[in-house]
Amino acid sequence: MVSRRLVIFGGVAAAGGLAVGYALMPYSTLDRAKGMIAKEGATPLSAWVRIGTDNSVTVIVPHSEMGQGVHTSMPMMLAEELDADWSLVRMEQAPADMAFANRALAREYLRGDMSIPSWMSGVAEFGARKVAESMNLQITGGSTAVRFTGVRGMRMAGAAARWMLIKAAAAKWGVPESEIVAKQSKLSHASGKSATYGEMAAAAAAYDPPVDVPLKAKKDYTIVGQPIARFDIPGKVDGSAKYGIDVRLPNMSYAVIAASPVFGGTLKSVDEKPATAMKGVKKVVKLPAAVAVVADNTWRAKEALAALQPQWDEGQNANVTQATIFAGKEAALAKGGLTEDHASGNVDEALKGAKSVIEATYKVPFLAHAAMEVMNCTAHFEGDKLTIWGGFQDGLGAKARAAKAAGIPIDNVTLNHTAMGGGFGRRGGTLDYLDKAVAIARQVEGPVQVVFTREEDMTQDFYRHASLAKMRAAMDDKGKVTAWLHTFTEKHDPPEAIRVNYDFANQAARYASDTNPIPWGPWRSVDHTQQGFFIETFMDELAAAAGKDPFEFRRAHLEGAPRHKAVLELAAEMANWSVAPEAGRARGIAIRDAFGTIVAQVAEVSIGADGRARVHKVWSAVDPGEVINPATFTAQIQGGAIYGLTAALYGEISIDKGRVVQQNFPDYEMVRMAEAPVHEVRFIESGARTGGAGEPGTAPIAAAVGNAIFALTKKRIRELPFMKTTLTASTATGAANG
Amino acid sequence: MITINVNGTPHQVEAEDGMPLLWVIRDVLNMTGTKYGCGVGSCGACTVLIDGAATRSCSFPAALAAGKNITTIEGLKTGDTLHKVQQAWIEAQAPQCGFCQSGQIMAAVALLKEKPQPTDAEIDAAMTNICRCGAYSQIRAAIHAAAKV
Repeated sequence: MVSRRLVIFGGVAAAGGLAVGYALMPYSTLDRAKGMIAKEGATPLSAWVRIGTDNSVTVIVPHSEMGQGVHTSMPMMLAEELDADWSLVRMEQAPADMAFANRALAREYLRGDMSIPSWMSGVAEFGARKVAESMNLQITGGSTAVRFTGVRGMRMAGAAARWMLIKAAAAKWGVPESEIVAKQSKLSHASGKSATYGEMAAAAAAYDPPVDVPLKAKKDYTIVGQPIARFDIPGKVDGSAKYGIDVRLPNMSYAVIAASPVFGGTLKSVDEKPATAMKGVKKVVKLPAAVAVVADNTWRAKEALAALQPQWDEGQNANVTQATIFAGKEAALAKGGLTEDHASGNVDEALKGAKSVIEATYKVPFLAHAAMEVMNCTAHFEGDKLTIWGGFQDGLGAKARAAKAAGIPIDNVTLNHTAMGGGFGRRGGTLDYLDKAVAIARQVEGPVQVVFTREEDMTQDFYRHASLAKMRAAMDDKGKVTAWLHTFTEKHDPPEAIRVNYDFANQAARYASDTNPIPWGPWRSVDHTQQGFFIETFMDELAAAAGKDPFEFRRAHLEGAPRHKAVLELAAEMANWSVAPEAGRARGIAIRDAFGTIVAQVAEVSIGADGRARVHKVWSAVDPGEVINPATFTAQIQGGAIYGLTAALYGEISIDKGRVVQQNFPDYEMVRMAEAPVHEVRFIESGARTGGAGEPGTAPIAAAVGNAIFALTKKRIRELPFMKTTLTASTATGAANG
Repeated sequence: MITINVNGTPHQVEAEDGMPLLWVIRDVLNMTGTKYGCGVGSCGACTVLIDGAATRSCSFPAALAAGKNITTIEGLKTGDTLHKVQQAWIEAQAPQCGFCQSGQIMAAVALLKEKPQPTDAEIDAAMTNICRCGAYSQIRAAIHAAAKV
């Protein structure tokens, strides 16, 4: 009985070795979870759902909302299986508590489908039992929510709750379960007996959830697949949504912080007087590698901080420049002894025997996340109890991190989730802003809100790393790739980012790690951002060398990948690929398989009078297996592409004297409305395992745009961002594709 | 002490020389719908209306706002009724993370006042706020929809 209840709490059926993992979890977890979400007049049917006597259905979501719609798509999946009346469905974010650790997500990792990337497991070092540790996840990242929590957790929990309600009704009415209809939050029987879910919830809770409950067929869906309006939107149009930076508490102070501008530097000394003499300033706080001013409002803290002249011990990195970093990458690749990521056939032999070898070197710079809401965190110590307010992609990880930073037990920490003004990876495992807030709060009476200025946010980020790739390939005389060797620096996640889906007989990917002191962090779509550019640009170069159309060339290499081929074909069809665009424009194409979702994009560009590429249209064909909410998915693909387009056109963080050069948006420019392409998105619901939504749209766009630039100008740009290269449109009229 | 009128209510506030209006609104009046994004007038997250004109409050000294009518996102509703731009924003499901949207909405309100039926080019010219989530298609659609109301 115990194990069954635990299993359904996780929302997954027991299987193999996992039962061991669950056995390690404390049984009290379920009761603890139910206790935390229990409300008067409402019955929790599992840790994920609570049904009120007013017939409301509240779905508990263990993920954070950062605009990707997860607070709506999760309840949609549960409500579908519960056969709930959608108008009665509400959402509540799960408390950052071990009781709400996301085992559906953990299970995906334990199955070996994914490894737990260290940057995603903020809590992993907290606790004693190895298996249990890795289950303590509340991560929102890696496009995992719908894929894992939704598919394995929400659906099962909804179906189980429905089954329990039916069971209760059957017992009460003395009729067979099979005769009970559960629909629109109502139970009924042909005899005329009926009850709302709310009326039956208390009786239903007496039953143990089933281990194995059938799920609905897709054809019977009434909620999933609909463009349901998001729960979080009304509060985002009237100013009432509260982000971390909007926390206002009685007696709260505001702190603005400056860390050592040179990475790895420390604070030597600072004369506090220029700040403490200023109005409203309460305190100057010195940290080992930063200084902060605490005042009665953000502006005064910011002004007072600017008045300080901290002396830094710049450490070993003061001479690091963009040039030395790239020289290090060149050297790392040249040194040999690369790590093999994957290989099939014998690429070295195939290249040796080739009549001619095509080679290209690509380069991408560091990138900052630049979420609209700068990093911030509010912290308040009361004795050895700590309360935290802020936006975190992994609430549980953040809570563990706060406990560690404060040196107190995790149960002494209360974490209050706020809305997040963008995450993109920055609010996941890189919690320096939390550490800093905890350290400052230790020295401040009452709550303190620690805010990065935009300049601090941009210069103290954890960056998408700069990377270098050297590609080599050979083809036979029919234009079929016979060898593909991809070497590069910097490998992080996810593993599939380095893979190609083309049927190359001999291929390998090898990488070198180079050491540089610039902090790395996951950046929307992670390694796909650079690998998509390397792989799909080089593929285009091969098509050009073979004298083939870039779409046809790719298609000819996708015979063994029917889903990819269908996605590529749909993108070409959407863009009317076979018909040339208007004069002065050209199109490029690229395809990526990212986080379980295949995306092919066609971009149509022209060259402006300023010598820069202008992207007019994008067409995305997307196969995520299935679509939960087409409206939010479309917005994620479009927004993901804008994020990638900003990086492709403008994005560059450069390093000089060990510090970041760019300070604010004027020198780290963004795509704005006038440059946002018209972007059409279409889905193929192949029924394959559900893929992610948040990141796949970012992956192919740089290559699609670069390939279009090549089609138009015959100039191949191998270094991002594109703005570094001044372009002139080919004088030929009636530009062609690819 | 200066007096500033925010959403029809006068407030006596202490604001030293050079203190931007943004911080008076956010940290003194505790009206947090108006956002800090860059502090240099580049991103538009802090946009409010000053006598009807879209203004980046992070770069506008509070002292200069004395005696003028300031409208923030909190002041757009009439009673419980949303402004047509807010309503259009919901119908277009425009916000993603939502952090820039107060500023986007204020910029759109000012645009529609000046040009009730804006063309795409006029939207491009007026709507220069950054949306890091890239919700531009939905924002454009919402402006066109609001123009029809």
